[in-house]
Amino acid sequence: MCGAPKQGNGLAGIDLSVQTVIQGQVWHDGAPVAGAYVRLLGTDDEFTAEVVTSPEGEFRFFAAPGEWKVRSLAPVGKGERVISAEVGLNETTVAIG
Amino acid sequence: MSRNDVLVTVDWAQEHLGQPGIVFVEVDEDTSAYDGGHLEGAVKLDWKQDLQDPLRRDFVDKSAFEALLSSRGIGNEDTVVLYGGNNNWFAAYAYWYFKLYGHRDVKLMDGGRKKWELDGRPLSKDAVERPATQYTAQDPDLSIRAFRDEVVASIGSKNLIDVRSPDEFSGKILAPAHLPQEMAQKGGHVPTAKNIPWSKAANEDGTFKSDEELAKLYDEQGYDDGRATIAYCRIGERSSHTWFVLHELLGKPDVKNYDGSWVEYGSLVGVPIEK
Repeated sequence: MCGAPKQGNGLAGIDLSVQTVIQGQVWHDGAPVAGAYVRLLGTDDEFTAEVVTSPEGEFRFFAAPGEWKVRSLAPVGKGERVISAEVGLNETTVAIG
Repeated sequence: MSRNDVLVTVDWAQEHLGQPGIVFVEVDEDTSAYDGGHLEGAVKLDWKQDLQDPLRRDFVDKSAFEALLSSRGIGNEDTVVLYGGNNNWFAAYAYWYFKLYGHRDVKLMDGGRKKWELDGRPLSKDAVERPATQYTAQDPDLSIRAFRDEVVASIGSKNLIDVRSPDEFSGKILAPAHLPQEMAQKGGHVPTAKNIPWSKAANEDGTFKSDEELAKLYDEQGYDDGRATIAYCRIGERSSHTWFVLHELLGKPDVKNYDGSWVEYGSLVGVPIEK
């Protein structure tokens, strides 16, 4: 498969000793944003993946150790966050101002 | 062939919903998006269930494609307008697939589901039923589909365009980062391939860049107009997006999509790989 799976499921079945998981929520105005488009930018700020947030505003990526940028695009606006990820679970929140 | 023949805007789509002779088709790998709300009157195609052979790794054959389109109520004379999620990756794949089986008039909705949603346009949850048709497909047009032996033979002679992200091209990751990184294949790329990510051809809202911007992009990246071209990605849907740009929007001749892509190539014994 290659399409983005539904977001917001638990971590069961994900081997955190191997995977570099970057996950979190998109927030705006004190509430999570459902249906926001979240993209992960890698080397050269290039698109690496994009998912749509769950009803609770959640997103998740499987990356590799290193610097990444998480950018959110929603009808209410845009937000961006840089994250330095390591193997295991890396959590972050993207705020749309 | 020009942009207006192969691409419609979301405005055009909204104005033409329900018009006889036009069938809107949502194509996704995960059709839960369609089930949660789709363009009024649009039918769905499941990239995996409907378009892939259930046993072998290949397309459905001609007769199965005919049965599929007949059951969805798509006729040979209908204008088919495809759209979907993931920046139209799977819709672009379906476009290429419809062309392969010779559908006369097929178009993509520019920006796909994302543009539609970001604009706050209406979605419907109503079940869509269309009367069955008797669809007749053509024999597959293999002038737009590349297989692995041709890819290996093209190293150093054709434009090989790897449209994955730089981090997949370099082997840092093996799949787009919304998927777990557990794959059998080796990381890297086909020697002499240029990395021109599909995303460079798209705006952030999922629409295609202008013809002028696209022409400049491939020119700057060293695309050789004197050579035939093969595009690939991981499983062939992002490279369909680039195939659409090169062949349908820019009108470049002799462009093929290698849908076996990295999942196949990176698993082959004995072929050269660069990292």
